[in-house]
Amino acid sequence: MQNPSVDTHLLPADTLGTAPLLAVDNLHVEFATRQGVARAVNGVSYALNAGETLAVLGESGSGKSVTAQAIMGILDMPPARIPKGEIRFRGTDLLKLSENARTQIRGQQIAMVFQDALSALNPVFTVGWQIAEMFRVHRGMGKKAAYAKAIELMDRVRIPAARQRVHDYPHQFSGGMRQRIMIAMSIALDPDVLIADEPTTALDVTVQAQIMELLAELQRESNMAMILITHDLGVVADVADKIAVMYGGRIVENAPVHDVYKTPAHPYTKGLLESIPRVDQKGQDLYAIKGLPPNLLDMPTGCAFNPRCPYRQDNCVTDVPPLHEISGTRSSACHYWREVLDGVEG
Amino acid sequence: MGRYVVRRLLQAIPVLLGTTFLIFAIVYALPGDPLQALAGDRRVDPVFAQTMRELFHLNDPLIVRYGYYIRDIFTGDFGTTFRGLPVSTIFEGKFQVTLNLALMALIIEAIVGVGLGLIAALRRGRWSDTGILAVTLMLVSIPTLVSGFVLQLVLGVQLKKSTGIDFFPVTGVSDGWRSYLLPGAVLAGTSIAYLTRLTRTSLMETLRSDYVRTAIAKGMPRRRVLGRHALRNSLIPLVTYLGADLGTLMGGAVITETIFNLPGIGQQLFTSVYLRENSVVVGIVTVLVLIYILANLIVDLLYAVLDPRIRYE
Repeated sequence: MQNPSVDTHLLPADTLGTAPLLAVDNLHVEFATRQGVARAVNGVSYALNAGETLAVLGESGSGKSVTAQAIMGILDMPPARIPKGEIRFRGTDLLKLSENARTQIRGQQIAMVFQDALSALNPVFTVGWQIAEMFRVHRGMGKKAAYAKAIELMDRVRIPAARQRVHDYPHQFSGGMRQRIMIAMSIALDPDVLIADEPTTALDVTVQAQIMELLAELQRESNMAMILITHDLGVVADVADKIAVMYGGRIVENAPVHDVYKTPAHPYTKGLLESIPRVDQKGQDLYAIKGLPPNLLDMPTGCAFNPRCPYRQDNCVTDVPPLHEISGTRSSACHYWREVLDGVEG
Repeated sequence: MGRYVVRRLLQAIPVLLGTTFLIFAIVYALPGDPLQALAGDRRVDPVFAQTMRELFHLNDPLIVRYGYYIRDIFTGDFGTTFRGLPVSTIFEGKFQVTLNLALMALIIEAIVGVGLGLIAALRRGRWSDTGILAVTLMLVSIPTLVSGFVLQLVLGVQLKKSTGIDFFPVTGVSDGWRSYLLPGAVLAGTSIAYLTRLTRTSLMETLRSDYVRTAIAKGMPRRRVLGRHALRNSLIPLVTYLGADLGTLMGGAVITETIFNLPGIGQQLFTSVYLRENSVVVGIVTVLVLIYILANLIVDLLYAVLDPRIRYE
């Protein structure tokens, strides 16, 4: 089953071993709007190795999805613009490639699962057609062989009676089954990197767990790298290796997953963890981070989180905090990360 | 599907009854005596008048006369004129002319309207988009009377004079399908404008959709994303418009038929209203309503072909 057809990999693999599989480096993305320039991503860097899962955590507007769309190359440009930064895949900067070369990478080497499978699947084609299309267009397969592959994939993502259902349309499936089809489509050509943009947000809780389990299992089987974009801390804990927390278009904390839960090193991460409802707090008011997410057109000076931060000091309003290295694997973009770690509020 | 078609056709019966009754009532409410109109200034012979009134049930109340009319319609008899000519003989060939004209207009409209709309949507915000939108505004503003005569003059007469190209007949139906080119274009004028704008909006909306983004993320080439993933979804509102427009085009062909001297149903309708040939007027309207209903049924069935979410039980 696992047969990484090397001939289609346009990019050299010899850089592996030293460099990471995928590296986002100081990426900036901005959108031209009527009201001015919205800076959605302001210098994001992260790296990913084969078999690794990176969870990118943040609220709406934090730039997590925009970063992923920049990696896929599916941003509408204009209005979007990438003034600075690199996205290196196997050592090659994707942003410098031609549109044709990027089309060859999309879907085949870097694939994406979208949030709402009902609107992300084309309503007028059967699911089989939509999966088989990957083999027909990218592998030049005939109709019959491609449909056989589609059935195989539907089996693999555990859609019952795949052989009969291959000719059904997306609206004839339940939400969870639709997301499985979306996943089958994205893993069709054994991509090296899978980006899952809030893959479980539109689903109910029991189905969420099944989908996450499926993703984790597929990843183990094929050793692909995964970027899991979410705002749900609960989803992350079981599957992610490391976490990048984003706020206002920047990464504010990088850490292995278990360190984040035990000892957050940024006030925003800490706030997020405290806002998870817990059974032992039954009857008490739920905790919420004060204030509103920043307006991308009019960002606060200094640290973007400062208007909502319980640790705020004077220099938070004037100086943008750099990513302080805490240990080899951890970093935090807070002037007062030591105090946050110790739990002393300023 | 079969049961759906039958049900829709059955639903057409009350629609047909309602519309024919309305037109029947309006025509017969017109002031004046139809027999006197027939005789012009001369006095009508009272014996003749008496015979005619009884023959055509002119003394009966409206609803009874309508009853007779409907009974005849369902046996395929559209009645006779006061001159004794069967109405169906008057129809002969005329519906074909108008149908040819409307279909030609529909084809021109579909090709030009959808084509311009696609270009405008793909070049959104650029000069070609702005230019196309300006042209549609012009098309809506120019009356048929102006565009008809201008096209006749420029493409029919002057083109032939200056280059010798004799491709666009300006009158009659003796040149086969070419006879319908100019009148078809004139008749399609405003519809082209609406269809262009509808196509532009529809495609732009589809291009913003999530499934088009998915197709791009799947690494599909741009041509496939547009031609396969986007186009079929954008077609649905266009088919609705085209289907409904067939009826409008047929009913609105009067002026165009007059300018290009086409012996169609529009001209006949005008003459018959003028001559108070009531049975012809009602007959023409009845057939037009029938065509309209059929066109709409075909549109609804096409929906199911284009959009699998629509299924008829």
